[in-house]
Amino acid sequence: MGHEPATEWQEDKCESFKIKLGLLMIVIYTIVYFAFIVIAVTNPQLMGRDVGSLNLAIAYGFGIIILAIIQALIYTFACSRKEKEAEDAIADKGETD
Amino acid sequence: MNYKAEPLAIGIFVFFVLAVLVISWFFSRKAKSASGYFAAGGKIHWGVNGIAFAGDYLSAASFLGIAGLVAIYGYDGFLYSIGYLAGWMVALFVVAEPLKKLGKYTFADAIDAKFKSRGVILAAAVSTLIVSLFYLIPQMVGAGTLITPLLGLPFEAGVIIVGCVVILIVATAGMASTTWVQFIKGGLLVVFSIVLVIMVLANGLSTSPDQKDTDYHEFITLNVADANSEPLTLEDSSYEVVREFEAGDNTFVKLSKGGIATVWKLDEANNILEETQTITSRAGSPDLYNGAPKEDGKFYQIGNLSEIDGQTDAETGSLGLFSFIKTIKEGTVIRWDTQVITDGADKITVYYQVPTEGADVLIPGQKFKIDPMRGATTADQINFISLMIALFLGTAALPHILIRYYTVPTSAYARKSTIVAVAAIGLFYLLTLYMGLGAMTGGVIDITNNNMSAPLLAKAFGLGIFAVISAIAFSTILGTVSGLIVASSGAVANDLMNKFLKIKMSENKMVLAGRITAVVVGIVAMALGIAFKHMNVSYLVGWAFSVAASANLPAIIMVLFWKRTTSKGVIASIAVGLVAALGLILLSPDTFSQVYQLPSSDAPMPFSQPAIISVPLSFITLVVVSLLTKKDSNNGS
Repeated sequence: MGHEPATEWQEDKCESFKIKLGLLMIVIYTIVYFAFIVIAVTNPQLMGRDVGSLNLAIAYGFGIIILAIIQALIYTFACSRKEKEAEDAIADKGETD
Repeated sequence: MNYKAEPLAIGIFVFFVLAVLVISWFFSRKAKSASGYFAAGGKIHWGVNGIAFAGDYLSAASFLGIAGLVAIYGYDGFLYSIGYLAGWMVALFVVAEPLKKLGKYTFADAIDAKFKSRGVILAAAVSTLIVSLFYLIPQMVGAGTLITPLLGLPFEAGVIIVGCVVILIVATAGMASTTWVQFIKGGLLVVFSIVLVIMVLANGLSTSPDQKDTDYHEFITLNVADANSEPLTLEDSSYEVVREFEAGDNTFVKLSKGGIATVWKLDEANNILEETQTITSRAGSPDLYNGAPKEDGKFYQIGNLSEIDGQTDAETGSLGLFSFIKTIKEGTVIRWDTQVITDGADKITVYYQVPTEGADVLIPGQKFKIDPMRGATTADQINFISLMIALFLGTAALPHILIRYYTVPTSAYARKSTIVAVAAIGLFYLLTLYMGLGAMTGGVIDITNNNMSAPLLAKAFGLGIFAVISAIAFSTILGTVSGLIVASSGAVANDLMNKFLKIKMSENKMVLAGRITAVVVGIVAMALGIAFKHMNVSYLVGWAFSVAASANLPAIIMVLFWKRTTSKGVIASIAVGLVAALGLILLSPDTFSQVYQLPSSDAPMPFSQPAIISVPLSFITLVVVSLLTKKDSNNGS
């Protein structure tokens, strides 16, 4: 019985970490996404500016897609590590009791 | 265009459908219990589930619609790719974790987990049904437009075949089968898109893109001898000048040669007539294609570069991912525009060439006007912003996407599934740009149906790959439709009947109710698909996303993140979001011109994408109603 509050607390800590990280991730992504829209509307000519062989519109579009994949990987990795830490902490506590 | 049935295409198609049915039957034994039917018993590997996620999402609209839009408008089609993937980020980062904790089977269940309110169940179930139906329509229209060139059958046959196969899958097996169907289909779609893009790049670009079995039709010009005479006269006297038409900013000239009437566009600056393509609708007799019956095959596939590197007759050889874009950027692309003119009792749809600088098709602006220097109004800009918002917020609110969060046992699994999905979808969306541009410059576009661009691009490389790609596209629709029908049957059987009407049912009876609903929804979807035959697929998907974002998303977000949300707030938000999005769509310029056949200037709304108004409205409604009703709602968590 004595373990239950600790488990719950770890669970909550884990949940709030994941939710906060998710919100941080979406804020970053939203800024990049809406910056694209703002550029497109306020300075359409800039979209045609050369970026290497591509132009800004295509480079930015590719960038948003690649950013999504990278952010998704970071998020999953961080969440999984946090969950594992929480599990380990519970396991440790179980041993010392 | 003329399409005839190819035995190879039919063979591969039938093989696919049979394979899907066998897989479905094989897994049907796992779907005996209610949880097995609706959510595959939580026993599917996260990798499989992830690709199935991708398979769900990469619907007919992604594959056929985006490639088709890019082929016609260039970069503006790619905006959908960017927006659709961004929607996934909202689903992953904001909704996935908290929702997994809450939910059981459906969106309505997830919302209901916080409130034991029948009103919430009703609102969420109705919204699930409406969004599913809206998303089903473009899938059905896509099925019909695919079946014509694939099997040489009429549009209606395609809709009915998809409907029947899906009803059979869903009614006999349920979700387990559809997850595996989606997995196979999603995987094949990505693999064959890669193959197709490699072929496009290896083939390179040409000002005269011949196909494997047919040469590219070179569109010609005629020199005008005297433009001011009435009627004008030509140097080539073998053409008889019939009459001139003024339409929009253009002047078209109808000529006749050897008894065949053709329409040409006058280029006053260069004093020439440019060849166009026409479809003539005549009362009581079959349509004419470029002045001849359809069987004569006079209507050509189009799309090419008129200039590569300053040369009007050039070929590049194989290109890389970057040099392909660079070559188009520095070349001139022939785009095509449409004008309808009336000639006595006949209605002539004229498709004419619009040479466009390559640099201009690689930035936004051909479909969604954003540059005031090129005539974009504020309403045009709001329309563009509103579309991007709808795509951003729509995904997390689609019922058939949400349901897959419940098909894996833990949050970690759901997350891993989503990563696999994001990677597969992201890769696929990078490829859509190349497929679309490949079609735009590859002489493969059927201007009467741009949804066919990706399959026809494949056809240019040979019948085998065409058959495979078409079969995958068809099974794409099959998979998406079955996912949507499962979501709808969950909404009706689980939410409406079990929880709202409180009909006591055994597990077996609930599965039966789900199956009966699947049949009914399938039949309704077939009818709607046939009714909306002439509507653009991506336009219809835009509707579904806007409605989903307006009706469901505020409720999902606020229930998860705002403790003072009340059940009445949720009900009001869903109702207001649904009504506002639907109302704005029905009053929009696009609906006026494309559905009611009225001038778009008569529409009370200045722009067509509703999300920029309906989403905030739904959020505000939720907050206001929640604050007003907080006292009589103590049953929140």
